[in-house]
Amino acid sequence: MKRYSAFAIAREALRHHAGWERAWASPEPRAQYDVVIVGAGGHGLATAYYLAKNHGITNVAVLEKGWLGGGNTGRNTTIIRSNYLQDESAAIFEKSRTLYETLSQELNYNIMFSPRGVMMLAQTEHELRAWKRTAHANRLASIQSRMVTPDEVRKIVKVINIDGPRYPVLGGLWQPRGGTARHDAVAWGYARAASDLGVHIIQNCAVTGVDRDATGVTGVQTGKGPIRCNRLCLVVAGSSGVLAEMAGFRLPVESLALQALVSEPIKPVLDCVVMANTVHGYISQSDKGELVIGGGADGFNNYTQRGSFQHVEETVRALVETFPLISRLKMLRQWGGIVDMTGDRSPIIGPAPVPGIFLNCGWGTGGFKAIPGSGWATAEMLADGAPRALAAPFSLERFAEGRMIDESVAAAVAH
Amino acid sequence: MLLLTCPCCGVSAEETEFHPGGEAHLKRSGPGSDDAAFRDYLFARKNPRGVHFERWRHAFGCGKWFHAARCTATLEVFGTYAAQTAAPPAHVLEAIRARRPDWISEWEQDR
Ligand SMILES: Cc1cc2nc3c(=O)[nH]c(=O)nc-3n(C[C@H](O)[C@H](O)[C@H](O)COP(=O)(O)OP(=O)(O)OC[C@H]3O[C@@H](n4cnc5c(N)ncnc54)[C@H](O)[C@@H]3O)c2cc1C
Ligand SMILES: [Zn+2]
Repeated sequence: MKRYSAFAIAREALRHHAGWERAWASPEPRAQYDVVIVGAGGHGLATAYYLAKNHGITNVAVLEKGWLGGGNTGRNTTIIRSNYLQDESAAIFEKSRTLYETLSQELNYNIMFSPRGVMMLAQTEHELRAWKRTAHANRLASIQSRMVTPDEVRKIVKVINIDGPRYPVLGGLWQPRGGTARHDAVAWGYARAASDLGVHIIQNCAVTGVDRDATGVTGVQTGKGPIRCNRLCLVVAGSSGVLAEMAGFRLPVESLALQALVSEPIKPVLDCVVMANTVHGYISQSDKGELVIGGGADGFNNYTQRGSFQHVEETVRALVETFPLISRLKMLRQWGGIVDMTGDRSPIIGPAPVPGIFLNCGWGTGGFKAIPGSGWATAEMLADGAPRALAAPFSLERFAEGRMIDESVAAAVAH
Repeated sequence: MLLLTCPCCGVSAEETEFHPGGEAHLKRSGPGSDDAAFRDYLFARKNPRGVHFERWRHAFGCGKWFHAARCTATLEVFGTYAAQTAAPPAHVLEAIRARRPDWISEWEQDR
């Protein structure tokens, strides 16, 4: 792999940019791999990268039915934060946020991590108490995050209307090192670095069946023929239920549509991320100047990557109250992704009921921020055959044991 | 935007008039059941890409619960029927089969 650098740009400028090579290889699949990962979203690609980098396991394929990063990884609103309530979540999300800090250097790919700060508004008394509790929990978990007063909110978020009328801002939970990153670049950066270490990324290769015998998994059926493996990792977000059905088990996961939209580009008005969970709206401004807006998920199972119109209206209507300036903006684009929701709004990382199959799913509406940490922990699990400390609490067994990692009560939405 | 017809009052309306209630025909497992059955009752859900049976409530209408058969891959609604039944009625299964000849139903096998 040729490294990207200022020098490389200068060199290529002198020779008509003829020397850039492809970012990743497009190999034909082998008949057998040590590990097969289904799904080339951020989580699948990061898992492959850390398997190769941290554990030296390079006979790995990532199989993708469409194009890499074309699932939720390329459809989210890119919010990164780690101020979760429960210790288990705080550990893996903070690991992830920490990895994001240096990911551009690590991958030699500019993922545009921008720790511009995340402001989570408290707009009801209940929310105010909940965020105070979270702030205390974060302090115990060594996560930099604190409560701020309405005045401080106004100072940080200049364009906000904190006076209501329906939901006045009573305070906020502020994580100064939260922020955003370029979502496509995260997928592309991991793909390029993993490919360089020998991982096969095979696009346009849908998995259509899972082969197993009495001892466990033996391989997969794909659009490009059968591929053998005895370690299989399913990392397919909204399609987790479909893959589980192929493998013969059922998951505590339901697939729902979640939407986002962007406005026409305007001059800089907002230099942090603001989340208003009471009204299900969150907003940030992209480098191009568009306001990036996300809302709540639909309530019914859906695989169409297309959400209900009324949610767009509800989201914008709610945000207009808190950000009056957006009332005169035109919205340019709107899209949806299919998110994999669990009952406690926490992910599942762990062995599946079929020996040799491992799960990474259930990230729902909030897994972009988790990509590096999740890939790190999932690679550990695939290398050892069992999860280490970061992933262990997120096992499938927690549902039978009643050991929930409840972030739904903690956050209402978990983006 | 889904269009649903409430079988209780006969009104057809957009989805905003209704509230989704999750998978239909769940088998209730009580305190006497084994751990796996209880876990599945609480958490394991059918999540098919295709034909799905689910509960809806006519929240801003007559207020009653009912069932709907719907395709999660196209949002097509095959039919709605009363909630007071343990399995989808024959006319709903027929309506599904007319539109999805390859659909493998678990309901006929059970009967
Ligand atoms: C509108 C929206 C806004 C969001 N906002 C945020 C946010 O602000 N912050 C945040 O942290 N998270 C956010 N999320 C959540 C986040 O996007 C996801 O949790 C995360 O991207 C999941 O990554 P993944 O790699 O698990 O899944 P994906 O990126 O969806 O990748 C799964 C891949 O599996 C492939 N696949 C499926 N079936 C098969 C098959 N049979 N064979 C082969 N491949 C298959 C798919 O094509 C897909 O590429 C948001 C999500 C949405 C939809
Ligand atoms: Zn009715």
